Amino acid sequence: MYAFDYQRPAGLDEALAALRAGEDVKVLAGGQTLLPTLKQRLAQPSALVDLAAIPELSRIEHGPYFLTIGAMARHAEVAASPMVAEAIPALAELAGLIGDPAVRNRGTIGGSIANNDPTADYPAACLALGATVVTSTRRIAAEDFFTGLFETALAEDEVILAVEFPVGARAAYRKFRNPASRYAMAGVFVAARDGEVRVAVTGAGQGGVFRWNDAEAALSADFSPAALDGLTLDPSDVMADLHGSAEYRAQLVKVMAKRAVAAIAS
Amino acid sequence: MTQIAMTVNGRAVSADVEPRTLLVQFLRENLLLTGTHVGCDTSQCGACVVHLDGAAVKSCTMLAVQADGHAVTTIEGIADGATLHPMQEAFREHHGLQCGFCTPGMIMTALDLVAHHGADLDEPTIRAHLDGNLCRCTGYHNIVKAVEAGAKSMGSALKHAAE
Ligand SMILES: Cc1cc2nc3c(=O)[nH]c(=O)nc-3n(C[C@H](O)[C@H](O)[C@H](O)COP(=O)(O)OP(=O)(O)OC[C@H]3O[C@@H](n4cnc5c(N)ncnc54)[C@H](O)[C@@H]3O)c2cc1C
Ligand code: FES
Ligand code: FES
Repeated sequence: MYAFDYQRPAGLDEALAALRAGEDVKVLAGGQTLLPTLKQRLAQPSALVDLAAIPELSRIEHGPYFLTIGAMARHAEVAASPMVAEAIPALAELAGLIGDPAVRNRGTIGGSIANNDPTADYPAACLALGATVVTSTRRIAAEDFFTGLFETALAEDEVILAVEFPVGARAAYRKFRNPASRYAMAGVFVAARDGEVRVAVTGAGQGGVFRWNDAEAALSADFSPAALDGLTLDPSDVMADLHGSAEYRAQLVKVMAKRAVAAIAS
Repeated sequence: MTQIAMTVNGRAVSADVEPRTLLVQFLRENLLLTGTHVGCDTSQCGACVVHLDGAAVKSCTMLAVQADGHAVTTIEGIADGATLHPMQEAFREHHGLQCGFCTPGMIMTALDLVAHHGADLDEPTIRAHLDGNLCRCTGYHNIVKAVEAGAKSMGSALKHAAE
């Protein structure tokens, strides 16, 4: 790692001021992605601003319309939260499938969506559930937040404060894990509400997380696993690497989607 | 340099470190607690697992400055003097190790498992929780047996203490 300065402010205003104070100052959340990146010398921030001492960023709140998860809520906290289990059980299940226990004890939802890894799990939940990303300056619909591979709508000095998930949808997440990295080779989050069905896919898209429109249309007409039988995800838009070809991943997406629908329907 | 202070195995320690110092480096090189191992240095293997305020973390993927003000427990901190911790004893009894390189991380992760899931553990739960701990020797079978037995004896030790 290159050398950097480190600060752990106790308040948000102080953190935002620190972020604006220098060139290439970066936010540090759980460090489960940022620290490996720094170790490989793929980034050279002048300073890290650790958000861990700002208590309001870890809050989880369940209101009548929304489940709000603070940016610094660790994956393990979301997985074990009775509030999340009651409001959106599929989200708790998703958090429990991220990485391994030690990664879940450190990694955060804010860090995960800020990073927008094309194989990360939370982006699929945000897109399918129609979440809103609340930042230090504005509110961004998930649809507009994830803009490409490792790309988001966040500005340099903008900090994610929380993610707001509308409650009330029937939802399920099914993930085929890469057995070595534990990231998704195909992860499909299905959410159904008042006849509207959303299907968000991670792990497979060349441009990162995306909504599978054909599956949404088919499931809106007939909410059953069989409704997906005739569909094929176009492999020319799907990632291929040493873990699997585009055709293989496209098929995995379909299987995961059917399993998610079956889980909701049962 | 940044001044840090934390509790390690119940003992207060403080030092001046560079912010880029990893927690595992601090433990091994400053405190000479070399029981915590570095297997991969890429967050994959779990040989470096320690507890931060009771929760398992990969100390190769954490900065020492992040642990400032917190309590760290390493493999050196769990035995009672010359008497091994029941989980350590179970690894010995059930041949849960061969070369021993992965063992500190396995044991610290196993203790996190017992803390979260209790002393009565089935095999799928144990295997799922050891997801982030790699062993190149044992084939895992005896590790799983050791964790199950270690958890049980921790459970009965607790019961005894309560009676
Ligand atoms: C072994 C291993 C396995 C993993 N498996 C999975 C998996 O299966 N699925 C999965 O989804 N992920 C997986 N991850 C990634 C993990 O979920 C990370 O926790 C996550 O990607 C980043 O979160 P973090 O809190 O660690 O962020 P950090 O690493 O601290 O930060 C990541 C990036 O986000 C920025 N950032 C962080 N917080 C904010 C904020 N509040 N506002 C603005 N910017 C911010 C940082 O500046 C940095 O650029 C794995 C990681 C490891 C090491
Ligand atoms: S050395 Fe930390 S996970 Fe391998
Ligand atoms: S005993 Fe050798 S790596 Fe596990």
